[in-house]
Amino acid sequence: MKTLLVAEYRQEKLLDSCYELIEFSRQIAADSSLFLVGDESTLPAYPGTIYLADAQKHGEYNPDAHRQLLVDVINREQPDLIVFSHSSYGWDLAPRVAFTIGAGQISEVVAIENQDLVVSVCNAKLRRTIKCLTAQTVVTLQAGAFPPTSEPAGQPTLEKVETDTSGQQTLSGYQSTAAGVDLSKAEVIVSAGRGIGTAENLTMIEALAKALGGELGASRPVVDAEWAEPHRQVGTTGQTVAPKLYVACGISGAIQHLAGMKKSEFIIAINTDRDAPIGEIADVLAVADLKQLVPLLTEKLSST
Amino acid sequence: MKILVCIKQVPDMESRFSVDPSGTWYDSGDLAWRMNEYDEYAVEQAVLIKEQLEDADITVLSIGPQRVKETIKKALAMGCDRAVHIEEERVHNRDPFEIASLITAYASDKGFDLIFTGLQSQDRGSGQVGLLLAEMLGVNGISTVVDFSLDGDQLTVQRELEGGTRATIKTQLPALVTCQLGLNTPRYPTLPNIMKAKKKDLLALGAEQLTQTASRQETIRLFLPDKKTGGLILEGDAADLAEQLIRTIKEKTTVLS
Repeated sequence: MKTLLVAEYRQEKLLDSCYELIEFSRQIAADSSLFLVGDESTLPAYPGTIYLADAQKHGEYNPDAHRQLLVDVINREQPDLIVFSHSSYGWDLAPRVAFTIGAGQISEVVAIENQDLVVSVCNAKLRRTIKCLTAQTVVTLQAGAFPPTSEPAGQPTLEKVETDTSGQQTLSGYQSTAAGVDLSKAEVIVSAGRGIGTAENLTMIEALAKALGGELGASRPVVDAEWAEPHRQVGTTGQTVAPKLYVACGISGAIQHLAGMKKSEFIIAINTDRDAPIGEIADVLAVADLKQLVPLLTEKLSST
Repeated sequence: MKILVCIKQVPDMESRFSVDPSGTWYDSGDLAWRMNEYDEYAVEQAVLIKEQLEDADITVLSIGPQRVKETIKKALAMGCDRAVHIEEERVHNRDPFEIASLITAYASDKGFDLIFTGLQSQDRGSGQVGLLLAEMLGVNGISTVVDFSLDGDQLTVQRELEGGTRATIKTQLPALVTCQLGLNTPRYPTLPNIMKAKKKDLLALGAEQLTQTASRQETIRLFLPDKKTGGLILEGDAADLAEQLIRTIKEKTTVLS
């Protein structure tokens, strides 16, 4: 078994997710090589061949150019699996590559079961084991599903690659919408999800956050509804946090949210649905109407 | 301007799921069905463009069994002009490549300038169909769009990246964009528009007649995940629960000390 791992480079930094790709490859006992459009000064610790294209020339992301670079390397290496992170880079580039090389694609793998790949279905309520029928398979890995089990080590052998860069789409004009509170520094985060029902109910979540000496967080639907500011968003597309205490109020637990907070030291969920996926990672799930429970909690905390 | 919107009908994610006798898909008997959430943003963006340009015609397309017509009708009531229903009873046996091939078989000779899909579906979430369709049709494909503006045939969009970062992309029509949550605010169909939708054209096509494509993948099994053990479930009176939670916070964390 041979894998080609596709590492990522963003705003002049190598992303740590490449070590999850390396871990995945180790778990399936594959020989790997690695592909990166990045910079020679920020290579991962890796004991194999890195095919490196210059991000200055090819753009941090340019679908046409990156696809061509990758397909050239695939033709040289003939890997069985081409492995991406399931990220805005990976989920965008992977289907284009799969199309070009005639491969099937398995998206957002969460586990390996007897050499077969497992993905999540219906917001993690179900799991599905899939097999590709094509000679080569493109795979994207869910963020955090394959955490590295050892310190990254090794000196790569560098192989530089390049291609024509006349592609149409180049990402430019990066802008951050996360300016504001840095939730990653908070010891306590109390987050509101769609289950709070109305914008007005956010006040009671804020009050609980204050009573616990913490910060307010929010799930994506709450931010999209403009009940909370964008910089409060926890999850894949917001901030990734690991506080001492995380209280999830009315959050069912979309995988995109869980990926951003599952490393919290202690997780309490308040939800009316005892089957909500948040229950899978919560240390305590209180099955209750948050409109009753949250004000009581705040009151008791304030009086002790 | 010819616009295509591709939508999928999915079960309500709050449902309790069980595995069907084939062992490869979920039992669809008792489920409530709705439009895939990401696709609501796709429909809304198409309707907003029509309102901006006036001279635009929106076709909404969906693949699935007869019940899919209900979801198609919602898209028509939101403002799409006409609909295509690709009839396929066993739609869940079709992989993303086959789904994109079916849409391509319908769309390739229709000259669509702009195609909208959701970023992914809520049930399978492969995130592949939109971009594969762009590849098959040979148009510019851009995924994960959270901001969209069109000026002539110049398209300027923002893609959402991780950690609260966005990036801008400019490209030209014809193009396909996959819509991320928050791109706009999907409208609720009004009663007069629901009535009007009943008179709009709905073309039904059999999947088998459109194209035959070999599967690139197969499901080995579908199963319910093991519930994590050790997570404590508390139920009962709210005042008791509050006491218990505070005790737990004091015992298990240092945040109140």
